Amino acid sequence: MCGRILADLGADVVKVEPPGGEPDRLQPPFVGDIENSERSIPWLAANVNKRGITCDLTSKDGRAVFARLASSARIVVESFAPGRLRELGLEDALRDTIVVSITPYGQHGPLAGVPGSDLEVTAASGSLWLAGEEGRAPVRTAQPQSPYWSGMYGAMGALVALRSPVAQRVDVSAQAAMTTVHPPAPVWWDIAREEHGRTGPFLLGRSIVGSRFRNLWACADGFVSFAIQGGPIGRHTGRMLAQWMAERGAVPPVIAAIDWDRFDNTTLTQAQVDELEAAIAPFLRSLTKTEFFSEVVKRKMLGYPVGDASDSLADPQLRARDFWRTQVPANGLPPLRFPGGFALFDGERPALRRPAPRVGEHNAELYGEAGVDADELARLRATGTL
Amino acid sequence: MTEIATRLSAPARAGALTGLRVVEMGFAAAGPLVGKYLANFGAEVIRLESRLAADVFRTTYPPFKDDVVEPDRAGMFAFYNDGKRSATLNLKHPKGAALARALIGRADVFVESFTPGTVARLGVGAETLRADHPELIVLSSCNQGQTGPHAFHPGYGSQLSALAGFVHLLGEPDSTPVLLYGPYIDYVAVGYGAIAVLAALERRTRTGIGCTIDLSQYEAGLQFLTPSILEFAANGRIPGRAGNADAVAAPHGVYRCAGADRWVALSVWSEAEWRALCDLMDLSGPPTLSGRRAARAELDAAIGRWTATRERDDVVALLRRAGVRAAPVLSISELFSDPQLAHRGMWPAVTHPAIGAMHVMAPPFRLSATPSLQERPGPTVGADNDHVFGEILGLSLDERRTLERDGVFE
Repeated sequence: MCGRILADLGADVVKVEPPGGEPDRLQPPFVGDIENSERSIPWLAANVNKRGITCDLTSKDGRAVFARLASSARIVVESFAPGRLRELGLEDALRDTIVVSITPYGQHGPLAGVPGSDLEVTAASGSLWLAGEEGRAPVRTAQPQSPYWSGMYGAMGALVALRSPVAQRVDVSAQAAMTTVHPPAPVWWDIAREEHGRTGPFLLGRSIVGSRFRNLWACADGFVSFAIQGGPIGRHTGRMLAQWMAERGAVPPVIAAIDWDRFDNTTLTQAQVDELEAAIAPFLRSLTKTEFFSEVVKRKMLGYPVGDASDSLADPQLRARDFWRTQVPANGLPPLRFPGGFALFDGERPALRRPAPRVGEHNAELYGEAGVDADELARLRATGTL
Repeated sequence: MTEIATRLSAPARAGALTGLRVVEMGFAAAGPLVGKYLANFGAEVIRLESRLAADVFRTTYPPFKDDVVEPDRAGMFAFYNDGKRSATLNLKHPKGAALARALIGRADVFVESFTPGTVARLGVGAETLRADHPELIVLSSCNQGQTGPHAFHPGYGSQLSALAGFVHLLGEPDSTPVLLYGPYIDYVAVGYGAIAVLAALERRTRTGIGCTIDLSQYEAGLQFLTPSILEFAANGRIPGRAGNADAVAAPHGVYRCAGADRWVALSVWSEAEWRALCDLMDLSGPPTLSGRRAARAELDAAIGRWTATRERDDVVALLRRAGVRAAPVLSISELFSDPQLAHRGMWPAVTHPAIGAMHVMAPPFRLSATPSLQERPGPTVGADNDHVFGEILGLSLDERRTLERDGVFE
């Protein structure tokens, strides 16, 4: 992902894989459910906009040719186990290059070198502790998130390092990356010695009497994110809800009784909150996600449906901003909708310029650029170095 | 001689971004955390704020030191804004807007995170600023982007995380989803916001031209969900909640250990790891990953029986020694004593004039030659007015006193 972000920004990013391709090319699921090295969806997501070569870094010839290629690079991104670059004898060749290293726990310290997948680093970051139902096992986001966080921070680190006159190492820890995604909880511990935990679909909000407020509700065809809130926008939201309920039939007495101009959610007891929520639940259950969404936008209320991938693709705002990009992810595959560039730069969205590379697709082109002539290329191919 | 020697050895440790000046106006996390990361690497980041419309992190969101609700005792502000300067300015006063424009004119980057159109109404919109300073980089970060039919819809990060699809992927299958703690998507947008600013600086170095960046927190967040979107686009399936199941690894889960709310996470990706787990726990089961994925429920129950009577940290140590990937589910308080995070200096200790001893958060990447510099927590309101209006803008003491009397520094 680190390379993907730099590539989206226009950098010429070259993916270096072992001969035959990297194992991640076989990560499920696959386009059309056909398992092969050009159809892995997570792999395609991380590697569009890059060129690709193969190189056997365990061979002397491979390292030599890699060093020639890397000598023209400003940034090298790697995710070997700590110490592997030195073992391979590549540290010298990369002395004048910014080297971004992404590992589960970082290059140094008691856990450097300990293997870990998304689940373990998320567990060690506090993120898992905060997700799930109270008293039950913590749960992980079904689509792994730590590779995205680590990659994003790797790209940030590389770009900070580019501003410095010295080439240096950027040491990204996935555990540390996942530790940054829930800042309110560490502040509560640090300043108030209060340990936050899992609360399922509820938030404590800003209650000063410890009441919790439901934030996820069943609707007719899924779930919506909504809460009884205070503050100017929260009070407006409540007022609009009561009006909306009135238009659709009847306002429950407990809602009708509220003076929204003075409504303060911070002092409500749990019994009062439960009573209000019981009065709202049937109304929300009667609405579809689409209905809910268009009405909250129209009425400028706080709240959104709980979207899924199909909802994202249908979202009117994303369409109006021309967010989606259609691309053939690899030769022979159908065109797919990809999320477009992450921001508009002077009104322009960074482009999807090229599909993810096939295994060794740009060997001739890139080794040629590095000054490897046709004879040598043929020899490297024959010896299995590429 | 002494003086010369002092000067030669004096320069404070330089960060990678030393010399860069950033002015920011915003609230809560999504905008201001961009400035935090820039400040951590040596940029001079000036938060322009007003006592008349203070950041909700100063006024509304607890915790406050000793529960006293005052802007300078707000933990959230102090934590999120470490290393910055604060200057107060009332932008509704005509002189305030002029001073803001002058200050931003002396900066490299302007970051704002208000509702679209707000900074333009205050006289510091990107078009006005860049007309005079085409080399300026302006980052506008908001919920849904500067344009489009939902641009003005109010929203919080926690609910936007639901809209984008993160919440749909969290929880047990066929059950109510659960919340991601806090405004998850805001922090995704922070990372992309900082990246966008740094990329624009890189381009400016080569071309001399600045940039106006329109960052929609929603669009930034969707980058992290690309595989789910491609899965629907390619195969017509909508990815959903899966508990702790993985598409490849099995076993793959979180298991209860002895004691209250103690859990271990472990995953098995290879035959060697599986054999090691079987030996340790005296388990048996299908030899292949796909077989074990099918037998997930029975395997999870058997592992849970083994872990339930053992101490979490003992279980982790045994599993790691055996060559199985494992980690404790650390609570938030435990993050402050975790030896690995401590080794990386994850929580630099600082002293705040009102809060006292506290910690701030280090960037999760370490630079070997120009490490992050974190010596100050978030500033108190207007702590740097003299520096900003005196030294940077060159206003005399008398001029400042007059402006103060006129309410320009409110």
